[in-house]
Amino acid sequence: MANAIELRNVSKIYRRYTHRRQFATLKSALLSRSLVRDLRPDETFAAMQNVTAAVASGRTLGVIGRNGSGKSTLLKLVAGITKPTSGTVHVNGRISALIELGAGFHPEISGRENVFINGIMLGLTKREIARRFDEIVEFAELQDFIDAPVKTYSSGMYMRLGFAVAIHVDPEVLLVDEVLAVGDEGFTHKCLDKFAEFKRRGKTILLVTHALGLVERFCDEALWMDAGTMRAMGDPKRVVGAYITDVETSEEQLLAAEDAKAKESATVVSPDEATTAVLPDHPVETAAGPADMFRATEGRWGSREIEITEVQLVGPDDQPGHVFHSGESLTIRIRLRSPIENQDFVIGVGIFNAEGVCCYGTNTSIEELKAVRILGDAEARFSIDSLDLVEGTYKIDVAVHKLDGYPYDYHRLLYTFRVKSRTKDVGIYRPRHAWRFSDGVAFDRVGHEA
Amino acid sequence: MLGNLARLIRYRGLIQTLVARELKARYRGSVLGFFWSFINPLLLLLIYTYVFAYIMPRSLPPGQEPKPFSDPYPYALFLFCGLLPWTWFSSSLNESAGVLISGGNLIKKVLFPAEVLPIVTVLANMVHFFLGLPILAAFLAYYRAPVTLGELVWFPVIVLVQLLFTLGLALIVAALTVHFRDIRDILANVLMLWFFATPIIYPWTQAPDVGKWFVNVNPFSHLAISYQEVLFFIGPFGHWRWLLSLGAASVVFFLFAYFIFDRLRDTFAEEV
Repeated sequence: MANAIELRNVSKIYRRYTHRRQFATLKSALLSRSLVRDLRPDETFAAMQNVTAAVASGRTLGVIGRNGSGKSTLLKLVAGITKPTSGTVHVNGRISALIELGAGFHPEISGRENVFINGIMLGLTKREIARRFDEIVEFAELQDFIDAPVKTYSSGMYMRLGFAVAIHVDPEVLLVDEVLAVGDEGFTHKCLDKFAEFKRRGKTILLVTHALGLVERFCDEALWMDAGTMRAMGDPKRVVGAYITDVETSEEQLLAAEDAKAKESATVVSPDEATTAVLPDHPVETAAGPADMFRATEGRWGSREIEITEVQLVGPDDQPGHVFHSGESLTIRIRLRSPIENQDFVIGVGIFNAEGVCCYGTNTSIEELKAVRILGDAEARFSIDSLDLVEGTYKIDVAVHKLDGYPYDYHRLLYTFRVKSRTKDVGIYRPRHAWRFSDGVAFDRVGHEA
Repeated sequence: MLGNLARLIRYRGLIQTLVARELKARYRGSVLGFFWSFINPLLLLLIYTYVFAYIMPRSLPPGQEPKPFSDPYPYALFLFCGLLPWTWFSSSLNESAGVLISGGNLIKKVLFPAEVLPIVTVLANMVHFFLGLPILAAFLAYYRAPVTLGELVWFPVIVLVQLLFTLGLALIVAALTVHFRDIRDILANVLMLWFFATPIIYPWTQAPDVGKWFVNVNPFSHLAISYQEVLFFIGPFGHWRWLLSLGAASVVFFLFAYFIFDRLRDTFAEEV
């Protein structure tokens, strides 16, 4: 089958404005005789580099990638709104771009007239619009307001009308840029149904989105853009998987950097806190630790009679990391050092979510373990068989203290990790669960309809 | 470029609709609505007549007042012949300066031929000009102006030449304003100067000697003179050679302007 969209060695270079250039005006350009020079870009930014891709007619391509990776530039190039700096873009058939909904609406005139004008802007004839008019209005759910001026519409109504017109242009190639966030749940479903209908009718769809599940379910192919280049293109499951892994890796790095920063600032603070804390007749300072328990600020304090030298989070692969999957195992490895033998100590762990809510906290004393001794280098492992937390960022506390609370070494929220989940459930804790149904109820997995 | 120019013909439906929208939207919400298209030029006419026929002559010592008005036709009529086309011209340019910027959403987010915007502006103002014509006609009839059919044939020609000239200028102004926003401010003053350098409030014969050369190279002078000769002055239309040369020049100028616009087209989406 012929290709509906073809990009060959496409690059797009944007000018970047320096501060000085923003104030360049005609007058100053003329005065300094730099008119010609100022019109030439002096600093450039490649939004897209050497992209070659093709979408066969009738296929649905999902474009994914981080913010600023060139997804929207790709869409604009395909739509013909901007021209590539080099390379060629070729599109067969009528395009409708759902990039900015209702872009041509005039606020003063009625929805009815705007539908006609918008339709003509998108390439329809008056007769074609008249034929589809009722359908458009019904789709936008605006039967009662269609004769009111558009300026009286709510933003949702405005978007719905824009979407309805654009989708009824009956394009051969439909370009969609993250517009599914229009309207309520019901309208979103209607949009998806409409896209599915387009697919059935053999139209080509280019979908730019951050909804990875949608790409997996809905698209025939996925294209992963990264920093203006094409990272991968092919089977959506595979590409989305690779993308998620990549995002995790960079999140990993980010969290590692954050951890390092937190630890660094904590060690800066600790010396003088530590010195005050070692004074035995300083109950206020020793109490300061536990009293802080519910104030979510990072820090480290304690006498260091027993020191926590290292804390590592280890996933099922036995590698220290920062990103883990819900349902998998997690082990917190705590390395300790006690120069002199000590018999009064408790090791504790606490997990907090991003809002500072304590998800779980425990220590050896609570769990009725009586300390016998610690000497020299040692390691404690806190193993969680199944990390049943919902997706999000979590921080942990690790501490060694006396039975009465006097802190040896208290690490407050110094370690961050992220839990990833394929399910978008809410809350904090995900209990092990299953749905079971009697004969009267039937379900099918979404996206696996026969 | 020629391909794009040909494409413009395909967009005539769009241009038509947008002109209609422009006209509809302009007076939406006002009590008098469409009547403003008649009232505005009428008010302008009254002001200029009052200032130039009553106030200005009296401020000069007796015996020295200019006498362009000793003709059998009133000054107001003379003024109106030049003022009406000028209003079309100047509002077109003024609005064109901002039209690509205010229509930025269309250019950036929709596949939309940018030249349609200034063209629509010029055409919408032309419709206003046409709406002012009945008032002019009424005045002409009232004062029994010596308008002959032979002269009136020239009227559409003048309008066409002005349309081409205005379109060309509007395209250039619109395209350059995207890059140099200063043009919007400069333009108002340039147009003011241009207005006084054009024989609209004074007859061409009364132009000061120093300014004659200036008036002569000013393309709009020839349009104004043509309007005045056809509609106001007695005698055959003698300015036709000037008019036709200007017409030919306007065609070239329009093509040149379109060329410039076409060259800058791809920068709009990024600059707007």
